[in-house]
Amino acid sequence: MQWRDEGVVIGVRKHGESSVILELMTREHGRHLGLVHGGRSKRQQPVLQPGNIVDATWSARLDEHLGTFRIEGMTLRAGEFMASPMALFGLATLAHLLRQLPERDPHRDLYESLTGLLANLTDPDLAPPLFVMFELSILAEFGFGLDLSACAATGQRHDLVYVSPKSGSAVSADAGAPFRDRLLRLPRFLVGQSRDNRPAPDDLRDGFALTGYFLQRHVFEPLGASAPAERQRFVALATVETGDAA
Amino acid sequence: MAQSVAGPEIERLIQLLARLPGLGPRSARRAALHLIKKRETLLGPLSDAMRVASERIVVCTSCGNVDTSDPCIICRDPRRDPAILVVVEDVSDLWALERSGAVTARYLVLGGVLSPLDGIRPEHLNFEGLVARASEPGVAEVILALNATVDGQTTAHYITDLLGHLPVKVTRLAHGVPVGGELDYLDDGTLSAAIRQRTSF
Repeated sequence: MQWRDEGVVIGVRKHGESSVILELMTREHGRHLGLVHGGRSKRQQPVLQPGNIVDATWSARLDEHLGTFRIEGMTLRAGEFMASPMALFGLATLAHLLRQLPERDPHRDLYESLTGLLANLTDPDLAPPLFVMFELSILAEFGFGLDLSACAATGQRHDLVYVSPKSGSAVSADAGAPFRDRLLRLPRFLVGQSRDNRPAPDDLRDGFALTGYFLQRHVFEPLGASAPAERQRFVALATVETGDAA
Repeated sequence: MAQSVAGPEIERLIQLLARLPGLGPRSARRAALHLIKKRETLLGPLSDAMRVASERIVVCTSCGNVDTSDPCIICRDPRRDPAILVVVEDVSDLWALERSGAVTARYLVLGGVLSPLDGIRPEHLNFEGLVARASEPGVAEVILALNATVDGQTTAHYITDLLGHLPVKVTRLAHGVPVGGELDYLDDGTLSAAIRQRTSF
């Protein structure tokens, strides 16, 4: 068995004295693990850092085997991420979320969303809204996508300001007014109403609260887990008033 | 099944040696045979040294270094600058810095770095000891001598937050071109870091 694909490094675990077990999120083969011989060498270690995009060739005698990876670096951004606490905590959160996906199950749209986010992860203006959208994509991949296109009560497509915590559907301002204490706030940047380059910190907090609520309910709770502490740190840095988080 | 060629004592010696880093069963067998051949000059002294080490070595309660006394020889050294505290991941990093002679400061061994994948969380590391040491009067600078890996630098940023309320300067090691390094062979991340942290010449 052999294939070649592009992937993002999401985790590396030591194996023996010179090898590592590499965890990649690949474009065509989903989250995939494999052994890298000599992965702890001076030449390989900088390439096998989380957040780097690599060209991977996987081979094994049988499909169900762990197999081995032959790796070549493509876009190595780990060094750039190391200078930004926001990027590092974001990266740890991304890896944690991706690790909840089943192995070897392709998620092409999610992969595109991931690489788009990684390209902007050190940008304090672009990274936070992209991160919220990535979390929405993860929810959709788990089968719990939110319907933010129309009001669940009236069907109208404008003035959408709430999300129902039960159905995950948008609710308009008028229909939601009597229940607003029980509804989640829908930030404007998720319905294309924000013209600013960087959404307001309150909008970003609403966005993270929205995805955080559904991730906890649909992804973490069934596993008896909770969101990683790194997410809290990322959200705190991503929603500061000025753009100096990075 | 392979028949044993030596008695249980020798087999046990081989099994124990095979657990050491860098030794497999075959090389452990060679090492055991070498020790047996040099019984007077090597096996005896080694066995004595190991017994003494096992009885006397303790972990320094102040910095986490290993020594035969607590506090360790580094913490007791009056010539060391008490204003500088160097934070390292492991005792091997402390020894590496000492070998280089680059700094004459005091140390704190964290005992690892944060790693969600390996389940290493803040409560597993010596952050309590770090805050206590950094809060001591006279400490002016904390140098984060952690590995230039994503996990190492995540830990460094975590520590920076943790010490934010203290009147100490927090610094980290520079990232860049190693001595003897050729630019053509360096990864993009190292090159970017080297350019960002360039100095006047």
